[in-house]
Amino acid sequence: MMRPIRRILQAREAGIIVMLVIFSLAVGAIAPRFLTAETLGIVLLAVPLIMVAAMGEMMVLVARHVDLSIGSILGFSAIAAGMIFRDHPELPLVVGCGVAMLLGGALGAFNGLIVTVFRLPSIIVTLGTLSLYRGLLFILSGARQIDPNDIPEPLIRMAQTSPIGIPWVVIIAFAVALATWLFLTHSQIGRQIYAIGSNPVAAPLRGIRVVPVTILVFTLSGALAGLAGIIYAARFGYVNPGITGVGFEFTVIAAVVIGGVSVNGGVGTVLGTVMGVLFLGAVQVALPILGVSGFWQNAIYGGIILIALIIDRTVRQGGLHGLLARGGA
Amino acid sequence: MSAIGSPVAPAVAREAATARPRWQIILIRPETVTLLLLIVATIVASRLSPFFADLGFILESSTYYIELAIVALMATLVIISGEIDLSPAAQMALSACLFGTAHRAGLPMWLAMGVSLLSGLAMGALNGLFVTVLRLPSIIVTIGTLIFYRGLAQVLAGDKSIGSFPSWFVGIDYRMVGIVPVPVLIFVVASVGLGLFLGVTVIGRQIYQIGTSEIAAVHAGIRVRRIKMGLFLASGLVSSLAGLMATSRLGSVRYDLASGGELTMVLIVMLGGTYIFGGRGSILGTFLAAWLLVIIATGMTVANIAINAQLTVMGLLLIASIIATNAIYARSQR
Repeated sequence: MMRPIRRILQAREAGIIVMLVIFSLAVGAIAPRFLTAETLGIVLLAVPLIMVAAMGEMMVLVARHVDLSIGSILGFSAIAAGMIFRDHPELPLVVGCGVAMLLGGALGAFNGLIVTVFRLPSIIVTLGTLSLYRGLLFILSGARQIDPNDIPEPLIRMAQTSPIGIPWVVIIAFAVALATWLFLTHSQIGRQIYAIGSNPVAAPLRGIRVVPVTILVFTLSGALAGLAGIIYAARFGYVNPGITGVGFEFTVIAAVVIGGVSVNGGVGTVLGTVMGVLFLGAVQVALPILGVSGFWQNAIYGGIILIALIIDRTVRQGGLHGLLARGGA
Repeated sequence: MSAIGSPVAPAVAREAATARPRWQIILIRPETVTLLLLIVATIVASRLSPFFADLGFILESSTYYIELAIVALMATLVIISGEIDLSPAAQMALSACLFGTAHRAGLPMWLAMGVSLLSGLAMGALNGLFVTVLRLPSIIVTIGTLIFYRGLAQVLAGDKSIGSFPSWFVGIDYRMVGIVPVPVLIFVVASVGLGLFLGVTVIGRQIYQIGTSEIAAVHAGIRVRRIKMGLFLASGLVSSLAGLMATSRLGSVRYDLASGGELTMVLIVMLGGTYIFGGRGSILGTFLAAWLLVIIATGMTVANIAINAQLTVMGLLLIASIIATNAIYARSQR
């Protein structure tokens, strides 16, 4: 009887799930309309953008790297897809989406190449490519916005509905999460990512080809950021070179860190990341309901990251159970 | 191979290598590369436009970048110690917004400036606590605090700008000493001061030792945590000072003051040949790199390249400079 409960408490995700529940109940106590199915729908619609990119960033963090360039990759892919939609409306939707993901993957692969070939810290490299890709997207787009009437109707509709009522983008986001879970837990390469992040020195000794796997991780992160670019175009109905994706990397890193992915590599789950993303979504939706100004959003995100870091530090072994046990002792 | 049994053997086997010639030692220092680039950039720029032959013009245009250059000086010390602080630009914004809010609330100017500087210390202390007490990696800590500080600045200022400061406070970049604007003078003085601190004082040398090998430094009795805490505190203080200078130059504050400044700051430090993994680097390099950046950025502006397109060059420069610095150090290490 006790064992399953203890196992649940020991999971790293326990902390975030408890936080999410407490937060929802607290907000619900003040504003009861927060705890309705309608709010859940709004939250679910708010998160696909972050969720898709968070899956990529999570893999990067598990491999003990960080990718700061995903906001610029998102913007670049969205602009490129938008230009295809605008200049070649006769092409099917899939072409634009495919191009966005391919471009995103290529930009991500470039990150991975520089990081692995020159053995440089990913934080500085991706800080550089953040700027590089943003500059390139301005040159590519001629600093022109993709206007709402250039975004194809069917794409916009994907953010609104689907045959089963749940908007397509929500389905896509959760499908990506499921695929990431399968990849990370059931494939050899997926397990190798954890091995690289846990101990980058030991991984090659065990025959893991660190360089190609690391490049693959950055490529996937880029491709998912590209997919997020399509979701951005669908959801907001425009793409602006100076706005789209700016600062997005920080929101995604916040979600991933809150979800219990360790900044020291090797630790992190899809479930935790999904919870982290939902938590950010819940905060985002709760603020206006509570009558709190939207200006608080980033400060709260930043504060939550810091709290998550403290929790990660104090609970490194044993999950919530460890904290409770230590608190009792 | 059998060195364990006979301690004399390695001493015989390893004859002292002949010292490299002095010119070679000087030539492979990254600062030399920065200096050469600076000279080349100046020559190219003055060929493209006669403006660049005019020292006054360069000094005048440098005031746009000088605040981040001052922050980069402090960041050099932090990076040499093996840590990194990505939050200075956000610290500039928050301390400046606090300053503006305090002034708007009717506090006297000196008190408002005191509030701003104190907030810088507090922000540095928070970074330092996370790194030295909780022992979390500074990369992720300062990403967290950069969002947090910038977010608080947004809470304070909203999307409006806070202005109407007294006229003696506004326009620091137009105050001249000879032909040198005051911010540039502050930068030069700070460079000399920090350069001496790093090069001559015991603590300065200990910073290098910490960055080279933290474990060895601990065993050598260096108060690693205290020094790192001091560096983060100083970084916060310098950032708030730079925030005040930016406020004076702009005449008003917004929450997005110095946004994207972390790139410029890191770029200056990396261009100056500071080793990203710690233990190597110099204030001289950062000082030269700041001028290199001023020449390049102003050159692009004069050549009518849009600010947004300039981002491409900045990003490429950052990647190129870190690759070059690493290659130089990898060669000189053996």
